[in-house]
Amino acid sequence: MSEASVTATKPGSWNDQRIEIIIGTLLRTGVILAASVVLFGGVLYLVRHGHEMPDYRTFRGEPESLKSPRDIVHGVFGVSARAIIQLGLLLLIATPVARVAFSAVAFAIEHDSMYVVITLIVLAVLSYSLFASS
Amino acid sequence: MNILEFTGLVGLGSLLAGFLGALTGLGGGVVIVPMLTLLFGVNIRYAIGASLVSVIATSSGAAAAYVREGYSNVRIGMFLETATTVGAIAGAAIAMRVSGNAIAIVFGLVLLYSAYLSSRHRDEHDPNQQSSKLAKKLKLNGTLPTPEGKLPYNVTGVPAGYSLMFGAGVLSGLLGIGSGAVKVLAMDQAMKIPFKVSTTTSNFMIGVTAAASAGLYLNRGYIAPGIAMPVMLGVLAGSMIGAKLLVKAKVKALRYLFAAVIVVLGIEMIFSGAKGRL
Repeated sequence: MSEASVTATKPGSWNDQRIEIIIGTLLRTGVILAASVVLFGGVLYLVRHGHEMPDYRTFRGEPESLKSPRDIVHGVFGVSARAIIQLGLLLLIATPVARVAFSAVAFAIEHDSMYVVITLIVLAVLSYSLFASS
Repeated sequence: MNILEFTGLVGLGSLLAGFLGALTGLGGGVVIVPMLTLLFGVNIRYAIGASLVSVIATSSGAAAAYVREGYSNVRIGMFLETATTVGAIAGAAIAMRVSGNAIAIVFGLVLLYSAYLSSRHRDEHDPNQQSSKLAKKLKLNGTLPTPEGKLPYNVTGVPAGYSLMFGAGVLSGLLGIGSGAVKVLAMDQAMKIPFKVSTTTSNFMIGVTAAASAGLYLNRGYIAPGIAMPVMLGVLAGSMIGAKLLVKAKVKALRYLFAAVIVVLGIEMIFSGAKGRL
């Protein structure tokens, strides 16, 4: 940790620091969780398909079952190794989204309505990308 | 080469990319796409999908460490993310409409530009910098933690920075990179934000920007689990090791070496794209 970290001098920055620590924990937890799921799915995938030949030269697009959040969760229950990896990747994509959602709450606690609106705009754009596109 | 060997080699290459990226501060994401396409013969669309995922992983991992230091400015980050996320979706939409070779050429040019930026001189923080009215209204001014206490800094050039950020988002969505170099340029140069605040806030934003296009990429089948898995795990592990060593290592020579690698890859991408090989 940097020696430059200095104790709070401004009123309200205790709150800011607390929020930053929560955000840090949230990000770390999300990444560790996502990486664990991807690793688990990856081991399963290699055990099942490791001897097959990879073919990624031409783009065909992944099958329907590996594209939407709902189908991926469905595939996980069918113990599909690829679906488990996709679930891990989905958790990874969700991590910054969760960070933005938490920031909206944090700005609301600080009664900063302008930044609540700005944060909700970012959240809406992210949600559009994840769910509304097909 | 079967899937087991392919996974092992891609994982190892990604580990090295993440390691050098973290150690030199240039980011490992930029070399993932050239590595996958030029070395492993992976289609550029799959390569971009995998790279994008690794960018989210390293950004979130590094941001977790950075936020505690108190350099990153959450308001600057959030405000500019309205530009980068919309840009990222536009970039992803463009990527789905143009040929892989055209993407490769743009990619090569961005690689050359990143290498050039990394060699540029950094301006020191100017305490006499005036804040623009818009920056004040948006509450973008902040304080920088220093050994002597909190040092206030002022922000200016909001429209220029905002436009550059939109461009950074487009590049991120089009090429599957973090485009941290352009983000830092927007904050450091256009908005006169202190360098340390620019880099940490940029890192903070990269994950959110990449998530905006990653959703689209996933929906369109660009994210292949068999490639994304070794790339994500490799880059993540490599960048964590790199960040740990960063404090002790002398990185100047390594920076030049990595910048040289990026230049070579950039030229190679442009040639391959121009000849229609990707």
